[in-house]
Amino acid sequence: MATELMVAASVIGASLAVGLAAIGPGLGQGMAAGKALEGLARQPEAEGKLRGMLILSLAFLETLTIYGLVVALVLIFANPLLK
Amino acid sequence: MEHELPVWHLFGLIVNSDTVLTSWAVMALILIVGAVAARRIQQVPSSRQSLVEIVVDLAQGLVRDQIGPQTARYIGFIGSLFLFILLSNWLAILPWKILVIFGARDVLPPTSDVNTPAALALITVGSYFYYGISKKGLSYFKHYLQPVWVFLPLNILEDFSRPLALTFRLFGNVTAEHLVVGVLSLLVPLLIPLPMMALGLLTGAIQAYVFALLAASYIGGAVRDSH
Repeated sequence: MATELMVAASVIGASLAVGLAAIGPGLGQGMAAGKALEGLARQPEAEGKLRGMLILSLAFLETLTIYGLVVALVLIFANPLLK
Repeated sequence: MEHELPVWHLFGLIVNSDTVLTSWAVMALILIVGAVAARRIQQVPSSRQSLVEIVVDLAQGLVRDQIGPQTARYIGFIGSLFLFILLSNWLAILPWKILVIFGARDVLPPTSDVNTPAALALITVGSYFYYGISKKGLSYFKHYLQPVWVFLPLNILEDFSRPLALTFRLFGNVTAEHLVVGVLSLLVPLLIPLPMMALGLLTGAIQAYVFALLAASYIGGAVRDSH
């Protein structure tokens, strides 16, 4: 019984981990992309530089969601509590 | 994901043989390409040489921006980190799934085994300690008390959170990419996973660049004079 409860809790926890971890970075990436577009509209000749910086900052923001994904993967595939 | 991984038992340790073999393949590839490209260096580069020079330029720019104008001391480390991670990530993009038809297993990139990013992150941490101490001597440890001594626990904590973040960033991104392609090719094996694989090329390159950038900025923070 305790094991089934643990499995159910882990699955719910894993889905919540990814879902909740996507909220903040989603907002942040939207802001970053919007600001980059504003900058691009104001100064179209800076496109190359802007694109590089934007992709780099998006990669950093993406990482936060990936942390949630790592937690979810640990909960599902390598749960230390289910040994 | 949860299939049996092939392991070797060496000296009482359990070694994931896939990771070891693929990292060796990547290292051999880098060595061969480097040796071939550097055999006849010319002032006006051939196409072979200019391909490699792109990577060198990238690493040099990274070091110059983050650490300082003397790049020779650091470019080897930063450049090898970048190249190794880049080729490890791209190794998984090749259509190894064809091998499955012939009874072999899918090839996982070495960076999707959490031990490889962890090892790279620990090497990075060790290297910024090494560079910092060899540049400044024991006064390197003064930066723990900056800006004021209250920050001491936070500064110490940073040395632990940095390798953790580096590890999970690389591992998570590569694994996520591999999982998405795996799930898609399970559902629709034909053509549909191709855009995701193309995205994987981009993600792999960006993650390699980010790892090298962070390593360079950590070393830069350790080496730079703080007044």
